[in-house]
Amino acid sequence: MGHGVLLSADVDFMIHGVTKYSFFGHEVWITTTQVCLLIVMLILLIFAVFANRALRKATEVPTGFQNVVELIVELLDGMVKGSMGKAAHKFNNYIGTIFIFILVSNISGLLGLRPPTADYGVTFPLGILTFILIHFNQFKYQKPKDIWKDMCSPLPPWLPIWLPINIISEIAVPISLSLRLFANVLSGTVMMALIYGLLGWVATIWPAALHVYFDLFSGAIQTYVFCMLTMTYISNAIGDAEVA
Amino acid sequence: MDFNENFILGCSAIGAGLAVIAGIGPGVGQGIAAGHAAAAVGRNPGARSEVMSTMLLGQAVAETTGLYGLLIAMLLLFVKPLLP
Repeated sequence: MGHGVLLSADVDFMIHGVTKYSFFGHEVWITTTQVCLLIVMLILLIFAVFANRALRKATEVPTGFQNVVELIVELLDGMVKGSMGKAAHKFNNYIGTIFIFILVSNISGLLGLRPPTADYGVTFPLGILTFILIHFNQFKYQKPKDIWKDMCSPLPPWLPIWLPINIISEIAVPISLSLRLFANVLSGTVMMALIYGLLGWVATIWPAALHVYFDLFSGAIQTYVFCMLTMTYISNAIGDAEVA
Repeated sequence: MDFNENFILGCSAIGAGLAVIAGIGPGVGQGIAAGHAAAAVGRNPGARSEVMSTMLLGQAVAETTGLYGLLIAMLLLFVKPLLP
């Protein structure tokens, strides 16, 4: 056990329990993930309050903070519009919200937090939400006959041999989505923890460059990928149907 | 047959190292995707942003298999599921 213990004494990237309480007889832990999530939420709430205040006395020609808010909203709307087309106006809000949330969570490693998205308990619900949205919209915009035909896809609809395989691939969607986000952020967190834990005083100043890669670049790319995949799946589920 | 803890931990470490070899595949795949994207931008510089987003999407999907290997390595090293 010797080296394992030595390593884990210095290197710390695990989720820690802060307090525990009893919930109907179950022992429930408040962990660092929840604390970091609360901090991220606070940041977003403060930003939202200031954005609201800036837009309440909005001017025709935007100035100062109003510029920033309009830029963000325009970028997000453009992204959704670009990949969802005519269904964009229905999903602007959801995609924009999860984009901002995942982005701030991913780059919260810069603030010294453990990124909340490096906990599978945070990314899996996001994947489940995507799954629910996909199938809700599929049943809303497509006829049951077409869905059945789609599920038996390479073979004709009266021969559902491929049905189980298609169902498995549908179930794999939220799992792979959430595991992708989780593993990417976790690998960045582990890498930074190893560098800070094992190198000691050698790790001064230059790890900033690594932070730029692991936290900013990788986090932003993964946020973009998660949102893009969510939008692609949803617009596939909608198909060619008219969106009111 | 019973093995002691150190033997199991050592074998877990070897297994973790082998699991991370899964990174070769996505590396090659992402390189191919990036190369073709570069060629596409060279042929049609106007479609740069669309090519970029398609490339990133494809690379992220290809990356998943490598990340599964990484996850297995993490589980073997830190969760230690093989210890009795």
